[in-house]
Amino acid sequence: MQIKNTAKEYDVIIVGSGAGGGMATKILSEAGLSVAVVEAGPFFDPADPKSMTQLKPAFHSPRRGGSTTRHFGDYDQAYGGWDIEGEPYGQIGDTDFKWFRSRMLGGRTNHWGRISLRFGPNDFKRKSIDGLGENWPISYDDIKPYYDKVDKLIGVFGTKENIYNEPDGFFLPPPKPRLHELFYIKGARKSNVKVIPSRLSVLTKRINNERGICFYCAGCAKSCNVYGDFSSGSCLIFPAQKSGGQIDLYVNSMVRTVTTNKEGKATGVSFIDKDENKEYKLKGKVVVLAASACSSARILLNSKSKEHPNGLGNSSDLIGKYLHDSTGGDMMAFLPELIDRKTYNEDGVGGMHVYSPWWLDNKKLDFARGYHIEVWGGMGAPTYGTGFNVNSFNKFFGINKAGGYGDVLRADMKKYYGSTIGISGRGESVAQKSNYCEIDPSKVDKYGVPILRFNYKWTDNEIKQAKHMQDTFEEIIHNMGGIPLWGKPGKDANYGLNKPGWIIHEVGTTRMGDDPKKSVTNQFERLHDVSNVYVVDAGPFVSQADKNPTWTILALAMRSSEHIVEEFKKQNF
Amino acid sequence: MKRRDSIKTMALASFGASMFLESCYGVSRERITRSLTRYEYGRTPEETLYDDKLFAQKFFTNYELVTLDKLCNIILPPNEFGSIRDAEVVQLIEFMAKDIPSYQDPLRKGIIWIDEESQSRFNNPFIDIDELDQKQILDEIAYYDPNYNMSDLPEPVQWFNLVRNLTMTGYFTAEVGIKELGYKGNFPNVWDGVPQDVLDQYGLEYDKEWLDKFVDQSKRNITAEWDDDGNLLT
Repeated sequence: MQIKNTAKEYDVIIVGSGAGGGMATKILSEAGLSVAVVEAGPFFDPADPKSMTQLKPAFHSPRRGGSTTRHFGDYDQAYGGWDIEGEPYGQIGDTDFKWFRSRMLGGRTNHWGRISLRFGPNDFKRKSIDGLGENWPISYDDIKPYYDKVDKLIGVFGTKENIYNEPDGFFLPPPKPRLHELFYIKGARKSNVKVIPSRLSVLTKRINNERGICFYCAGCAKSCNVYGDFSSGSCLIFPAQKSGGQIDLYVNSMVRTVTTNKEGKATGVSFIDKDENKEYKLKGKVVVLAASACSSARILLNSKSKEHPNGLGNSSDLIGKYLHDSTGGDMMAFLPELIDRKTYNEDGVGGMHVYSPWWLDNKKLDFARGYHIEVWGGMGAPTYGTGFNVNSFNKFFGINKAGGYGDVLRADMKKYYGSTIGISGRGESVAQKSNYCEIDPSKVDKYGVPILRFNYKWTDNEIKQAKHMQDTFEEIIHNMGGIPLWGKPGKDANYGLNKPGWIIHEVGTTRMGDDPKKSVTNQFERLHDVSNVYVVDAGPFVSQADKNPTWTILALAMRSSEHIVEEFKKQNF
Repeated sequence: MKRRDSIKTMALASFGASMFLESCYGVSRERITRSLTRYEYGRTPEETLYDDKLFAQKFFTNYELVTLDKLCNIILPPNEFGSIRDAEVVQLIEFMAKDIPSYQDPLRKGIIWIDEESQSRFNNPFIDIDELDQKQILDEIAYYDPNYNMSDLPEPVQWFNLVRNLTMTGYFTAEVGIKELGYKGNFPNVWDGVPQDVLDQYGLEYDKEWLDKFVDQSKRNITAEWDDDGNLLT
């Protein structure tokens, strides 16, 4: 399937194979269009035993699953991470933006948390509600039919709850909560925090004969070898190939620029074949960027020409601007009631079985926008780090002595195993024009491509939201009889607000809108300036919502891809 | 040469920890070979090269390895489930010292420190003194007040904590330790909730109004169908 060079002109060239690129591949190829998918990393199939990490116990790794080579541990299926050798990025001033890249077929869909939340009606019209940021040019009703189709195509478990801004979908039934999750429910309800079953794209029930059903190994971050969870390769690209689509995969192929002609239209892409370290060109009638918000912005900004001196599609000067990530805050606690637990298999799916959607009204609060709460803990698989400081929890019983040696350590190991719980908030930040990525004029990566640098500062809204998270988590933990493991971070530490980029929900760099002066793309994710270039990753997001972006990337990519098919039918390319 | 063979050759030629343990402790060659060829865990070519590079290096001297083996055995003496040798704890420490180079200095300095203590008190290196004497030294560094930051405690305490941490993680991430701990997952199964006796123990129950919503595991293999309102029909 790997073709090196060709004189062929594709109908569509898709750059990137994650959620957006995978969906575009499926819709466009099934409409009969010829498609080239250009992926910067290697081929990856979760079912391939050679790359598989699922079901492997820690001792198959010489570092017992430690995180020296992969940030989330040896078995996490993301090839890349925050730092990739030879592919740096810069920071402006005291910015410390973290940029996570996964270079492989399927991109970050291979390891993500599968939290699959629809944006609600309010999430598209936040400016109308609080006067901040900008409204989307579309409403929930525009995208609802696509969410519905994504639900049925890919599968997501959840429950109908009839909460206005947390729209229900076509759900598979959810799994029962684990023990620590029952503790969370108890604690949260005492604080009037609503708890509902999670909404994750994991198959708790069969949806077709091509994909297997979840067998509860908690291994979703390892990408499921029976395709029981969603990843772009297993659920979109491989099925599209099987159904006879004209799809050529170019892997290890890093797109450098979108090429253009004298009319300023895109003619294809130039890419670096990483195996040969050579540059090639591909011709296409339409270019669909889905390289991730910052990578797509980088490609566009690097695609300068006489016709597009400020970068392709950048007459608004807004490419890279309004970059924003979810807010994040966490608290971890010890639950004394859970010492000396009876052990049983409580792996469950790869993620929490219950969560709390945003439950408050910001009119009564001192910050804008909300957050949802995720919960984690329990008797997880031992991995590198298990057993460290094994009895330091002694202090919670007033015993100011820990450590030692001998059989007491075995007893303490069993005593404290599975007795912790973690709570995380993931919230919405307000997009700022002053938060951006741009090309660093003086630095290139190892392929000679100019790199990005970041400028990002949280505002009071996010910092106050983080404080609210900490106060809420402390109360919930208290309610469930838990003891926080560390002190509450104060003002000097932004109340524990994670660094920007840390939640890996970066969006907004090519935001959509009706006004070409105030946006980069239109509601079909097409560049205002160039009629045959689309961006179907999270770049076109106007605002992030307190939801994870993947389900909305998929729904928008499906909608935009159907638009592209219509445009082909009208012979507009 | 296949990767399997190349690792084996390289490792058997230079992987000091295993070779040394074989000669000193009678760990069978078969076991060493098995332990060295099982590291196939979905690596990329770059990651494989990195692992191979570490396998080809030797950090600890044989003397240091024997001292570590002694220490680890005192930290976790063998029991009916297994031993730190079954769990290949010393091999793990050798690997981690190369994988996380910031471990190297503290680990090595601690071994020098404990030998100096042993020499000055008992006129012999640590491995050659009686277990009671060994424990006399360890008793002074093995305990700490968990209300303090580890980095504020004396270096020998920090060192022993590091060795203890690596021993514990080495044992409880190994086959024998996982079994002893009672972790029962990472295995295909059908989760259907917390066992009833455990719910009873904590006085918890599943919400009655939620029970109908949860997956009916007897129907998991029936293809999902919905009505137009998203109600699951199957």
